[in-house]
Amino acid sequence: MPGEATSNNPRIGLFVTCLVDLFRPSVGFAAVGLLQQAGCDVVVPRAQTCCGQPAYNAGDRSDAAAIARQVIAAFAGFDYVVAPSGSCAGMIKHHYPALLADDPAWAPRAAALAERTRELVSFLVDIRGLKAVDAAYAGTATYHDSCSGLRELSVKDQPRQLLATVAGLHLRELPGAEVCCGFGGTFCIKYPDISNRMLEEKSADILATGADTLLAGDLGCLMNMAGKLQRTGNDIHVRHVAEVLAGMCDEPPIGES
Amino acid sequence: MYQPTSSSFRENSRTALADTNLRQAMERGGATFQGKRRLAIDALPEFDRLRDRGRAIKDHVLDHLDYYLETFERNATAAGGQVHWARDAEEARQHVLKICRSVNARTVNKGKTMIAEEIDLNDFLEQHDIAPVETDLGEYIIQLRHERPSHIIAPAVHLTKDQVADTFRATHDHLDPRRPLDEPSSLVAEARAVLRRKYFEAEVGITGANFLVAETGSSIIVTNEGNGDLSQLLPRVHIVLASLEKVVPTLEDASTLLRLLARSATGQEMSVYTTFSTGPRRPGDLDGPEQYHVILLDNGRTSMLGTEFQEMLRCIRCGACMNHCPVYKAVGGHSYGWVYVGPMGAVLTPQFVGIDEAGHLPDASTFCGRCESVCPMHIPLPKLMRKWREQAFAEGRVAGRFRAGLAIWAFFARRPALYQAVTGLQMRLLGALGRRRGRFRRLPMAKGWTTYRDLPAPQGRTFQQQWAARGGAR
Repeated sequence: MPGEATSNNPRIGLFVTCLVDLFRPSVGFAAVGLLQQAGCDVVVPRAQTCCGQPAYNAGDRSDAAAIARQVIAAFAGFDYVVAPSGSCAGMIKHHYPALLADDPAWAPRAAALAERTRELVSFLVDIRGLKAVDAAYAGTATYHDSCSGLRELSVKDQPRQLLATVAGLHLRELPGAEVCCGFGGTFCIKYPDISNRMLEEKSADILATGADTLLAGDLGCLMNMAGKLQRTGNDIHVRHVAEVLAGMCDEPPIGES
Repeated sequence: MYQPTSSSFRENSRTALADTNLRQAMERGGATFQGKRRLAIDALPEFDRLRDRGRAIKDHVLDHLDYYLETFERNATAAGGQVHWARDAEEARQHVLKICRSVNARTVNKGKTMIAEEIDLNDFLEQHDIAPVETDLGEYIIQLRHERPSHIIAPAVHLTKDQVADTFRATHDHLDPRRPLDEPSSLVAEARAVLRRKYFEAEVGITGANFLVAETGSSIIVTNEGNGDLSQLLPRVHIVLASLEKVVPTLEDASTLLRLLARSATGQEMSVYTTFSTGPRRPGDLDGPEQYHVILLDNGRTSMLGTEFQEMLRCIRCGACMNHCPVYKAVGGHSYGWVYVGPMGAVLTPQFVGIDEAGHLPDASTFCGRCESVCPMHIPLPKLMRKWREQAFAEGRVAGRFRAGLAIWAFFARRPALYQAVTGLQMRLLGALGRRRGRFRRLPMAKGWTTYRDLPAPQGRTFQQQWAARGGAR
């Protein structure tokens, strides 16, 4: 591992993600806890806001590129950059290099950052070799595979491997776990009717599992699904997978008090 | 010209979402296609290598398109066929009309062809007193209903079998109205019996082409009903409608792509019929047309060469992208408002009808990436949709309110210190307001979200504030 060339503890830059920063800081602290358990030193650069996807996916390349440069500058020099989100990690890893490909000064820096960027749970398993977590959770959970993590970063088995080691937790597979929940960033407010249909179908699949807890690795999808389940009067608890893996479930589940 | 209604995508999709027949049909159709494809691909361990090979074949052709098209023309002509070049839809229609008139055609049998949809051939033929008869079962059903295909390989996938039975009862009025039509097999048998008579009436048969083979001058179609063979073999004249990018160098290349096509489309190893046509009937042949024509349609495709949209020309029209698209499943093909639908349509339609008309199509995607993951030709569909969004944004075609919101957000996102100060205050306020219930049922400025779902309340202090307060490492 490159990080271990100079020190036993790799230095990790935590990309908090805008939704975790604003809506659910407890996920950020769960990520810090897990990274520390896995023998990492965690640093949170101040100069971060968002990965820039809202601009990038709206076709606004210049704002997206400006935000990308800002992230690249803030996160230079870490052994790894880790985000508790497949979507934001995928943006940095796959789309920054594409966005800055024609910029001779920034393209190599974008490539270097991409090389070192990982989604949290796959980082713990694939890079740190984490086999088990020290956590307990009493309940039956089902897991939704968020699209970007699954298809851009191959996050699939890693969360299941670690969840299997959480004492007391039963994992029940979600039918259609690989189908989008209808969030899609600004899609859900631009095309609310279509998003709602996708969300209704996802909710029905979740409820059919009979699980009492829904987990996923991306807060956007989780807020979307929690909001629907609660609007339709279901009391299934929704949490980010990092909270359960870190054993940090003191805060109420998403959307609950 | 097929007048697009893509600019009404919002209204179209709202109507579609309220259609319970559509929902039932799409539920069933999507599950069937996905399941069959999965089984076929799991049974072929080298599928991914085949995909890479298929992409390489198409990329090579697109880089040397002129060479292979001219080779095709030479070899098709040598085999006794006639090749006609059409710059646009109108030229293609005129070629068809001229050929039809040369044999005084009154009836034309059609195998399934999306190029005929693209050039809006049926309406045109009818205006010139030539009756087109669709022979593909799905196409026949929607012709009876005066509808358009809602899927490129399953044109009637938007209908339930009860709707088809109702259509047959209403139009096959020479049959006993009390006959049972509950089983799909009885519907197929009835359509077959009605169509069988019509095959012998037509002077001209029109088919599409899944591939054109340069080295032999052959055209290839794949069908499962055998209707394509009858349509092209029985009439005196066979017209093949093909767009330029259908050409491949060799029979070997065609067979590689056929293996990808059937598995991706219907989950078959091969389609039931794969028909190779080379020239007209030769002396001693037992059957075949007296004339064999190929109309090569450009219609803007060459303008995609050398641009980022060139990759779209690899498309072999299998339909896997739409079969796996959650947006397509929700709104059905007709919502897209023109010939091509689903993710491939979201990329192609703006090319044909303009981004002004079709801007919604590439916009209405969550970029979930499933289309790209199943595309046998590795076409980066989300990336190409994003290219259209970039063009629309650059040309100022994005709605003012959304654009303004994005600009305000970007202003703050590019200034971390200011962003953190402002969001710190906002989240404190919002967190306090939402603390009791943990969520909001209604929130000004968030109607798009709260119409259908609650908004989880923020926990209060942002991560950045808490990290700073703890003296965490920076």
